[in-house]
Amino acid sequence: MRYSGFRVIKEALTGHKGWTPAWRDPEPASQYDIVIVGGGGHGLATAHYLAKEFGQARVAVIEKGWIGGGNVGRNTTIIRSNYLLDANEPFYEFSLKLWEGLEQDINYNAMVSQRGILNLIHSDGQRDAFTRRGNAMILNGADADMLSTADIKKRYPFLNTDDARFPIKGGLAQHRGGTVRHDAVAWGYARSADSRGVDIIQNCEVTGFRIESGVCKGVETTRGFIGAGKVGCAVAGNSSRLMSLANMRLPIESHVLQAFVSEGLKPVLPGVITFGAGHFYCSQSDKGGLVFGGDIDGYNSYAQRGNLPAVEDVCEGAMAIFPMLGRARLLRMWGGIMDMSMDGSPIIDKTHIDGLYFNGGWCYGGFKATPASGFAFAHLLAKDAPHPTATAYRFDRFEKGLMIDEKGMGNQPNLH
Amino acid sequence: MIQKNRIEGGQIDRSATFKFTFDGKRYEGHAGDTLASALLANGVRLMGRSFKYHRPRGPLTAGSEEPNALVHLRVGARQEPNTRATTAELFHGLVATSQNRVGSLSFDLLAVNDRLSNFLTAGFYYKTFMWPKAFWERVYEPIIRRAAGLGALSLEDDPDVYDKGYLHCDLLVIGAGPAGLMAALTAARNGADVILADEDFRMGGRLNAETFAIDDASGADWATATVAELATLPNVRLMPRTTVIGAFDHGTYGAVERVSDHIATPLEGKPRQILWRIYTQKTVLAAGAIERPIAFNNNDRPGIMTASALRTYANRFGVAVGHRTAIFTNNDDGHRTAADLHAKGIKVIVIDPRPEAPRAMDYEVLAGAQVTDTMGRLGLTFAQVRLADGTERTIECGALGVSGGWNPNVHMTCHQRGRPVWNGELAAFVPAILPAGMTVAGAAMGDLSTAGALTGGARAARAALGLKGREAKMPIAEDAPVNITPFWYVEGASRAWLDQQNDVTVKDVKLSHQEGFRSVEHLKRYTTLGMATDQGKTSNMGGLAIMAELAGKTIPEVGTTMFRPPYTPVAIGALAGRHRGQDFHPKRLTPSHAWAQEQGAVFVEVGNWMRAQWFPRAGETTWRESVDREVLATRGSVGVCDVTTLGKIDVQGADAADFLNKIYCNGFAKLNVGKVRYGLMLREDGIAMDDGTAARLAEDHFVVTTTTANALPVYRHMEFVRQCLVPDMDVQLISTTEAWAQYAVAGPNARRVLEQIVDQDIGNDTFPFMACAEITVCGGLRARLFRISFSGELAYEIAVPTAYGDALIRRIMEAGAEFDITPYGTEALGVMRMEKGHAAGNELNGTTTAANLGMGRMVSTTKDSIGAVLSRREGLNKPDDLRAVGLKPVNPADKTPAGAHLMAATGPVDAAHDQGYVTSACYSPSLGHHIALAFLKDGDNRMGETMRLVSPLMGVDVAVEICSPHFVDPEGERLRA
Amino acid sequence: MIIDHPLLGPRDSSEFTYMGDARLLERPDPEGADAAAAFYEYAYLRDNPAGWHRELWFHEAGDRSWLVVTRNTMTHEISCVELARDVARAQRQSK
Repeated sequence: MRYSGFRVIKEALTGHKGWTPAWRDPEPASQYDIVIVGGGGHGLATAHYLAKEFGQARVAVIEKGWIGGGNVGRNTTIIRSNYLLDANEPFYEFSLKLWEGLEQDINYNAMVSQRGILNLIHSDGQRDAFTRRGNAMILNGADADMLSTADIKKRYPFLNTDDARFPIKGGLAQHRGGTVRHDAVAWGYARSADSRGVDIIQNCEVTGFRIESGVCKGVETTRGFIGAGKVGCAVAGNSSRLMSLANMRLPIESHVLQAFVSEGLKPVLPGVITFGAGHFYCSQSDKGGLVFGGDIDGYNSYAQRGNLPAVEDVCEGAMAIFPMLGRARLLRMWGGIMDMSMDGSPIIDKTHIDGLYFNGGWCYGGFKATPASGFAFAHLLAKDAPHPTATAYRFDRFEKGLMIDEKGMGNQPNLH
Repeated sequence: MIQKNRIEGGQIDRSATFKFTFDGKRYEGHAGDTLASALLANGVRLMGRSFKYHRPRGPLTAGSEEPNALVHLRVGARQEPNTRATTAELFHGLVATSQNRVGSLSFDLLAVNDRLSNFLTAGFYYKTFMWPKAFWERVYEPIIRRAAGLGALSLEDDPDVYDKGYLHCDLLVIGAGPAGLMAALTAARNGADVILADEDFRMGGRLNAETFAIDDASGADWATATVAELATLPNVRLMPRTTVIGAFDHGTYGAVERVSDHIATPLEGKPRQILWRIYTQKTVLAAGAIERPIAFNNNDRPGIMTASALRTYANRFGVAVGHRTAIFTNNDDGHRTAADLHAKGIKVIVIDPRPEAPRAMDYEVLAGAQVTDTMGRLGLTFAQVRLADGTERTIECGALGVSGGWNPNVHMTCHQRGRPVWNGELAAFVPAILPAGMTVAGAAMGDLSTAGALTGGARAARAALGLKGREAKMPIAEDAPVNITPFWYVEGASRAWLDQQNDVTVKDVKLSHQEGFRSVEHLKRYTTLGMATDQGKTSNMGGLAIMAELAGKTIPEVGTTMFRPPYTPVAIGALAGRHRGQDFHPKRLTPSHAWAQEQGAVFVEVGNWMRAQWFPRAGETTWRESVDREVLATRGSVGVCDVTTLGKIDVQGADAADFLNKIYCNGFAKLNVGKVRYGLMLREDGIAMDDGTAARLAEDHFVVTTTTANALPVYRHMEFVRQCLVPDMDVQLISTTEAWAQYAVAGPNARRVLEQIVDQDIGNDTFPFMACAEITVCGGLRARLFRISFSGELAYEIAVPTAYGDALIRRIMEAGAEFDITPYGTEALGVMRMEKGHAAGNELNGTTTAANLGMGRMVSTTKDSIGAVLSRREGLNKPDDLRAVGLKPVNPADKTPAGAHLMAATGPVDAAHDQGYVTSACYSPSLGHHIALAFLKDGDNRMGETMRLVSPLMGVDVAVEICSPHFVDPEGERLRA
Repeated sequence: MIIDHPLLGPRDSSEFTYMGDARLLERPDPEGADAAAAFYEYAYLRDNPAGWHRELWFHEAGDRSWLVVTRNTMTHEISCVELARDVARAQRQSK
């Protein structure tokens, strides 16, 4: 079924009887060409691109719970491609370009809204670093713009520039950055993949990999064995747990990142803004809620919830730059499990086991990567070769000393 | 003013009359009223508009679970959006306005959305607005954004202050209803330290809203007496107006005390609210239960509310919402409301879908009947009822109380991801897996009778505290069983609201099911059911029940309710506390701060330190003038700079030298006493971590310096190595950064200045470059002297105990007066280190290796040190790796800005052809043109090459020449002079 | 969270800085034949269990001791807190 304004009107006039399920609820087949483990944003995107771009139809996505229940539905919905390193920037720029055409590609309005993202600058050293970054973005074909404090004040008149502990000295903007309705990304990719023949199998948990003579033949699940020519894992947050079933240890730790939303408010924030001297970033959803977050709590956790110190730290950051937010109320806080990798960058690679592929280590940057991650993973699965924008996301980069460390924090995952 | 709906009774203080306004209209209420009860007393039912369809709305509840009656409270900078009228305590002069409307509250232009509701069903926006492509952001989204949102922020800085506090107790009791009061009393009488917190301004919970007795007093009076007794006990802290917002790890609870929200403005020196972190051994959750509505067509009109809310308004606030009132209930508790209202002379009729509905009093009960629809544009006027025999009847009423049963308030039990379980008898979820240390009592546990709550509260306290011995005798109270037949929505209903705030109807849930969004999470996210500011406290169950019916499953098979902190929304200001403005972070001041202020220094933040950036003099109009002067004066004669902020770590013990050998990649074992050596530390991953000096003051005593920014991480790292990797070494560490005031005295006349201060001979022979010593100054004050130089000049760093820091800088300035000694700030410091080619934070950026920095040979291969092994990985030793180089502009007038990238002189300018980047740049007053430090691929072998330096971000594209980074005195003659 | 410091008693976790997997105590032999591989594993492959986890915390705003905390990553429950130096010494002696 094709979604359109005409369809909405027609259904409204005929009692909404024609709407059909957005995706089927099939029984798993005994064998697929490719099985994707993980019905989150990345897994579903992988399935969509496998079907649409790489002609793979015998594909299944298996999900232990409900699709979109992990980080794709728990993030703060920001998209951007403002990376420093050449190993990252082309990939995220590819992703941003895919976002720009997403709705037409999947016939689903995920509300891609290029409202712009602004990283505030508070020191000369930070300006130097952001200048280098902005140049790297432009040299990689992305957009970047250095704004003065006056420019920023025009967009955010209530920003604290009078009495700030860390005065605002400008900001690096990417006007093509923005936000996307996160759940809709999962649903849109799922619907599109399903319509192209992909089986989306919910409530099906992987309990093991069937590995024979070093070759992965499929997955054992709570709904029985599912055979596969290739198995691709995209379960960020739970990567270590899943891959331990194949006796793999990963350069990844699981950490909790909390996110917050305020009560609905009339529009005040035009775009995404990040504080450069504390842990706070914020945007306002189309519904009016301020969606904001900060740093990870900092300790390994699978609990999907955090603690007060991180909450207070984020709200202190909020009040530092927006003292007018004091009377806005925080409505809900929640936690997601982040795959914090050892250099802050992801992995999209084959494993040492034939037929077993891995996608993870997204730290807290996975959402914006969803389209490119899906595309690149589909490319790897279909062609056994990395996508040109994802060639550096290898397992062996740590052993070889080829880390992709945007922040320069080294092998300490909670600092990335 | 007439409070036309005010009736006798209640716990309001009629002797205190408060004037207030709503949407500019004046009203009166009494002390003890909420804004909602006062408006209802004045016959005002319409208080807001819904989110999507802008339907007219009045209060659904009398508590914090309210989805509808949200208003702007106060005006100006204190305006708070989305304040629940049902909890806002009335005060004299209160000003409230309605929100989320275009036009007036009674004539909202956006109510047109309601006419279009058939097009605006759940998730409609995912299916449209995709064509033409550009229109989403340019046309559709701006319209949606303007229409969305609820209340408005003032956009002015919040004028109030917020505090944070910490409390400890043996037992935290959440909720001061019968269960909570009895739990607190039981614990307190047994000597436990108790905190009793309740969100209401009046403790007592439902007892304040009921008419039944406890022993021979009214429930409300019993509550008052119990609170009075608790107030006399020294081991009890009563916290009314305090909402416990979340259950966090290890017995930590967050709570917000609303200190000043019940008065117009906070009293002098008082905060608006306090965020408490309560650390408790045990917790009794006695949060009560929340009545849930039944869905039927047009069940959202002002005047329709939960039956218990009607009862609360009548019993507690002395308000009859309507003088003709209908009750629609599937359980016996609804009849209690009818009885109470009837006793107050309100005309009541009960509609009960159960054929065996009880008939206790002489009001009409329509057994087996259902409300099918309602009428009234801005407020309820008639209810349409389908009788047991299928005939229809229209009932005139101004109020309709609805009861679908009670949901135990399990919110806080879910905060650590516990899920409640289904209890068929109550037709509700009850707590199951609890946060450690928590017990649940009373209605929150499903004990819905007063007697059950009292007993449950006492037992919970006894269990929590492990009390032995006989239970105290419980007061006598009603103990009615729950009698309910689950009934969720009226058959055939479509425009029947479940989530009133977000406008989610039964029809939306059906559509969600039809489209495959069938799990609770999908239902919630697709329809927005339960995502409103009440977190679905009154709506989630209805949605679940309908989904269960559609899926042919039981409710627990479909899923459970799930709540997240905070219990009710919390002001962001309260979570931030005093950390705003200048107080956002602490400021660290150097020992020369007062002196530097006297000199008119401009300060800059560095790692929370406030450091003098430059010292402007009269007549200087730009910072560059000051900085250039400071550099030239230092290089020409002598300058002084406070370098206290550099980290200082004392390393002592027999194995101190071996320890430093482990920490630094270069060797320290053979460093002579009285000597300083530059040291480079690597992280274990082989990347440069920090650099600095280590001075050997004795065989077993070193002083290590770190960069300002890394003082703490380096100390932490060194302690890690000491305690975890070399635990048997005889070595101790202590951070002494703040213990010593330290000044760099640099320039050709530096020695002549210091000779006047230092008690010992510091001639070049006795105290050469890289010497160090513990000395005395000014005739006996102990001090440390290091002959080290960051500027490249003859230079010393001199340290005295911090208490003498101010005196020393003044003494140095006196001694230097004859040489026109010039204080210099961090800018001049930076310029001089760049002129000298020293690396700093911009170069040691966490991705650079020793080799990148031109120090590859420093990494000893004859000893083990942290990071040595991994620094040998192939990826860190590529032939064309980045190398630190200097840059100068081909055209001396050009700038060479930091952050610019290097490209070959000819050829493409893009990432694929990137050759390196500028880390640090400045104007060199010594050379008369800009200079820069950069990392360049294979830089060592490209000296003299002309390249393009581009910064497309800033519109820079200049020719530069690659040169040695040692711009000034490359042979180092000055610093050895 | 509250960490029951073996010397100082219960302390709020905000006094501490977190590092992670306590295997970081077991630094490989830099002279070993497989030193390169061993250091790669040491530095990059950490335990990340969903359940009990032995991990390093630094009492930065306290006595500056490194602690080995045994904590459940599913529930955050803490079952054991030891001084890292004691653990490191014991590991050495058992070798």
